[in-house]
Amino acid sequence: MRLAADRAGQTKAAKQPSWGAAFTRSEALRGWTLLSPTTILMVVGLAAPLGIMLLYSFWKQEGLNLNTDLTIANYAEVSTKYYPVLLRSLWIAAAAAFLTVLLGYPVAYYVAFHAKNSKFIWLILLTIPFWTSYLLRVFALRVIMPDELRATPGAVVIALTHAWAAFAILPIYVSLEKIDRTLLEAAADLGDGAMRRFWRITFPLSLPGVISAMTLIFVPTIGDYVTPSLIGGGKPSTFMIANIIQGQIKSNDWPLAATTAIVSMIMVAFAVYFFVAALRAAARSLK
Amino acid sequence: MSAAKPLKKVGEKSWGITLFAFLYLAFLYAPMLVLPIFSFADQKVIDFPIKGFTTQWYEQMFAKEEMHKALWNSIQVGVIASVTATLFGLLAAKAITRYAIPGKGFVMGLISLPLFIPEILLGLSLLIILNVVSIPLSLLTIAAGHVLLCTPFAMAVLVARLDGFDKSLEEASLDLGETGWMTFWRVTFPLIMPAVVSSLLLTFIVSFDEFLLAFFLQGTEQTLPLYIWSGLRFPSNFPPTLALGSIILVVSIVLVVLAEWLRQAGSGGGKVNVGV
Repeated sequence: MRLAADRAGQTKAAKQPSWGAAFTRSEALRGWTLLSPTTILMVVGLAAPLGIMLLYSFWKQEGLNLNTDLTIANYAEVSTKYYPVLLRSLWIAAAAAFLTVLLGYPVAYYVAFHAKNSKFIWLILLTIPFWTSYLLRVFALRVIMPDELRATPGAVVIALTHAWAAFAILPIYVSLEKIDRTLLEAAADLGDGAMRRFWRITFPLSLPGVISAMTLIFVPTIGDYVTPSLIGGGKPSTFMIANIIQGQIKSNDWPLAATTAIVSMIMVAFAVYFFVAALRAAARSLK
Repeated sequence: MSAAKPLKKVGEKSWGITLFAFLYLAFLYAPMLVLPIFSFADQKVIDFPIKGFTTQWYEQMFAKEEMHKALWNSIQVGVIASVTATLFGLLAAKAITRYAIPGKGFVMGLISLPLFIPEILLGLSLLIILNVVSIPLSLLTIAAGHVLLCTPFAMAVLVARLDGFDKSLEEASLDLGETGWMTFWRVTFPLIMPAVVSSLLLTFIVSFDEFLLAFFLQGTEQTLPLYIWSGLRFPSNFPPTLALGSIILVVSIVLVVLAEWLRQAGSGGGKVNVGV
């Protein structure tokens, strides 16, 4: 009934929804109106806090007082005192990202190329652990770990490899799934063996998945707090950046905590940039 | 095909990789079996061999007042976070998929940023700004942190669905004289409903399991992960915590399968659309 009335009334303006004409005409304006709440959320909840944290890093905690004269003393302190932990976090996260992708790649490959009708079940099976309590998964790993391995950085790497499995498998699976199978058949027809086909076609084409998997794992794990705390059992030799930051917050030195966080973020950005650049270069040389 | 040497055909099954995939699955699930096994073991020390069967840890766990409170808090935080994040995600997803917007890439990057910065940075920066504007820490501050974390997840799920269906349906509705708003309610929304439910479920699970932000932004009340964390610090609490963990495990599996199934059902007809 309503529809009929609407139709009758609007046959003339069929192309124009009945909003303000200028507003309707400007697609960009309408799009931005729709996009603005989420954008404002991220500016207020993300950009502003990060900005204030940056400001804090140039202030100095003196006992109970916050000295707001700008100084780089915190940066000097972080770079002299905490660089071993920063470096350890970097290599633990890098090793975990590499190992997770190394182990996850064949599985993603299997699901994409061989699982056929059971694809859906495989994907569900591979993602279920990821959706269950992270704390309890890491704790369970600690329980079954042999004593001599526990509380070492290596144990932290293994635990991370287990915990982030889905983040490696899914992006790689998606990029493998996208590969045009006729390319492989063409290579086979032209006499390329399975290995050659893999290295010259499949692997280069799956690189976007590999890159996003590595980044998706490396970036969050470098700031992980739960794994080093539970697996490392509070041993300083397994501390990562987050343990240090947590300690600084506990002792009420927020500016120093902010500085440590920012230095680690800059390190992460550099590491990711160089890693992606290196991998792209390697991919070019493969082709 | 006239290849001189016998070549493996494309997609031919190889036993090596099949075996590897199954071993990997075992590696993935072995630690997860620890939780249910030891939750029924009649011993305080979490170690083999298992001495006997008991349900006392479940009874103990259910009797704990703080656990009930923490569970209820987590549900409240999860509902607030998932509904709010899905709403923000829906607005952004609709804008991104339906309009040509200058600066779209930049804004999408900004919205996805919480996925790409370590949670500890998010937690610390929120802690600092809440302190600066003197907002007291509470369950609400935890929920706010979770909204930030969940919005990119919601957006990703919804963008995939909005991109996936036939836009001419919406155009037809507009051509027939419906307003943009009515088109959304009568055409778009029913079509993306499965993705909306799936987004609600997934973001709820993310919030329900989130520890680090909650750890930083907690007031006096605990969420379930915070409660579990305190349980894991004292070995005497291990067995009841394992019982709780086993239940969470089972419930999560049901929710995940449900969410995945809905997303599958939602991606319409024979087109199988799995993955991210």
